[in-house]
Amino acid sequence: MLSLEQVEIAMGKERLCAAFDVPRAARVAILGPSGAGKSTLLDVVAGFRHPDRGRILWSGTDMTAMPPEKRPVSILFQDGNLFPHLSVRRNLALALRPDGRKPDSAGQTRLGDALGRVALDGMEDRLPGTLSGGQQSRVALARVLLQDRPLLLLDEPFSALGPGLRHEMIDLVTDVATEIDALLMMVTHDPSDARRFASHIILVADGLAHPPQDTAALFADPPPAFRDYLGRSADPAP
Amino acid sequence: MAQRLVTLSAAIALLALTLGPIGAVLIWAEGVSSLRPGDLAALRFTVWQAFLSALVSCLLAVPLARALARQRFRGRGLLLALLGAPFILPVIVAVMGLIAVFGQSGLINQAFAALGLPRFDIYGLHGVVLAHVFFNLPLATRMMVQAWLAIPDERFRLAASLGLSRRALFLTLEWPLILRILPGAFAVIFVICLTSFAVALTLGGGPRATTVELAIYQAMRFDFDPGRAAALALLQLVLGLVAGVVALALSPRQGFGVGRDRSVPRWDGAGRRVLDAVVIAAAVLFLLLPLGLVVARGVPGLSLLEGDTIRAAGHSVIVALASTLLCLVWALALSTRRGELLALMAIAISPLVLGAGLFLVLRPFVNPFSMALPVTALVNALMALPFALRVLRPEAESIRTDFLRLRQTLRLTGWAWTRLVLLPRLRRPLGFAGGLTAALAMGDLGVIALFADPDRATLPLQVYRLMGSYQMEAAAGAALLLLVLSFGLFWLFDRGGRVHAQSRTG
Repeated sequence: MLSLEQVEIAMGKERLCAAFDVPRAARVAILGPSGAGKSTLLDVVAGFRHPDRGRILWSGTDMTAMPPEKRPVSILFQDGNLFPHLSVRRNLALALRPDGRKPDSAGQTRLGDALGRVALDGMEDRLPGTLSGGQQSRVALARVLLQDRPLLLLDEPFSALGPGLRHEMIDLVTDVATEIDALLMMVTHDPSDARRFASHIILVADGLAHPPQDTAALFADPPPAFRDYLGRSADPAP
Repeated sequence: MAQRLVTLSAAIALLALTLGPIGAVLIWAEGVSSLRPGDLAALRFTVWQAFLSALVSCLLAVPLARALARQRFRGRGLLLALLGAPFILPVIVAVMGLIAVFGQSGLINQAFAALGLPRFDIYGLHGVVLAHVFFNLPLATRMMVQAWLAIPDERFRLAASLGLSRRALFLTLEWPLILRILPGAFAVIFVICLTSFAVALTLGGGPRATTVELAIYQAMRFDFDPGRAAALALLQLVLGLVAGVVALALSPRQGFGVGRDRSVPRWDGAGRRVLDAVVIAAAVLFLLLPLGLVVARGVPGLSLLEGDTIRAAGHSVIVALASTLLCLVWALALSTRRGELLALMAIAISPLVLGAGLFLVLRPFVNPFSMALPVTALVNALMALPFALRVLRPEAESIRTDFLRLRQTLRLTGWAWTRLVLLPRLRRPLGFAGGLTAALAMGDLGVIALFADPDRATLPLQVYRLMGSYQMEAAAGAALLLLVLSFGLFWLFDRGGRVHAQSRTG
């Protein structure tokens, strides 16, 4: 379980407050207007930003003061998820050997399996620049499989993809999260994406990260803040 | 953590190696009383020649930069790139070329004699300023062209649509630009010329044309008077620091940029074609004729290359490579904004001041002359460090920020990060910075003159010695060899950084 205890983060002149628990098995979409602090919330969980107040706990362990590399977190960013000058194989190998050495034969096998899992068999020696955007995202997901950490964070990594491909990737992410038994939290700006995968939704608006709420219930009976976010044109019915 | 340790030790080494020799200078300096009247003349000459050199370079750069900015012709890009070449051209090679054009029996004097005009004497103030203009006119021009090309073309279109006269165009667009760039360019060139040693050594000399740097060398080598040399070094240090601070305050932000060849469509060049062509042709002639003569006269001299010269060339290559390695390792460790500021100190400290200080530090322990080559490698690495950092620092910092999060989330070790990410991605700037350093060290005729004995010459010093003993053909051959080696080293390093440079997309 991920717990945010009375967390407060300064964002310029604004503040972002968060106080809630997220169950381990949840699939969470973080929604909210741009600039409200969706990515900031993710950064605080990942350790790239430090809260001014409050504590962050994972399974009861306080990780507020932990540097990012010590946290049980794998994260995909909007872009720059791969080293562009390293082959797919070497990019993936870094997840197994952070000292840059060659993985052992068991590691090599795992690496090949992970690539197969994201349907990129035989692409080991390609450079990221020679892959399509969707394929690059798949490589990054294969790395998440290899990293095998219990908290999987995604900061709109598929926003540059078309809707069809994006949905495909979101399904793959959900599968990967199930496979490594990870808590999945994904920032998105598209409510329909959220409905596709999320068991819970965290709405970030007006300086507050609301506690996670059941997706179906939220869309069925949106509270005022969520209705504001969806806007008049959005149709709350399925 | 480990990274910080590396940076810290590099910074401490830099401070120790600059402040140590300065401390030695301060301790040994016998005060103003040890200075002779000739030394004050040297101070006056140093300032005066630097002033004239900067002034002439800047004044000539204005029409040249203007012509290059507003005309389009084949070879323009090449010419702009060529303006960067004097930076890595060995001073002694340029001096030989200038002597071939402007010297006693040079082309100009032959023409003057045929026309019955009086001889032009290259030795003395004229020659020193001439050589400095040869080196710094291209620098000033590059700084100006860069600024000129940075004027948005909308401004020129607006001026055209308003029907501005040439005078109005000059006053609204060009004059403010000149006012913005020229003081900085002047100050930079002034500072560079203050530390002039090799030019003064070869074209100056005598009581009327000695720079402070040259006086340090003479006090050390001919008068064996370390106290006075230290007092002179102190004088040079103060001069350099004061001028350096002023230059830093005046210098335009982009400083020594690399030449861009941005193509701004210009409508105002049409009526000035002939004028601009004359200006450009004159500049090309002034810059290329001396080099052409070095090559033409050097080829027959190549057969006269002797054991001494070959040995000196070997020393120079080793010194250049050692300097490059040291400089790049240092630059990588210091490639932060603070590190770059620290390294800027090295610009204000002249090689001869550093050399004199190191001489004093080493003397109680070893025979300083036996340290000639290591000291030359070290001082050149120090002198090239600010330039190397200028090339490396922005790239290294952007790699660090771009990949910081990825590095953290992957838990990369410091060594894996350096080996797999930082070095491969820095390959191009490393090659370029390495090339600059290698060529600078290869061509340096400064601190080696202070330390050298007959057994341990470098190639530039050997060329100077051959000239001094009037073996002009052998000197020409050695100068050509030096030119080829300097440019060759630059080319090899720069090319090494480009070949197989891997994809940067994604």
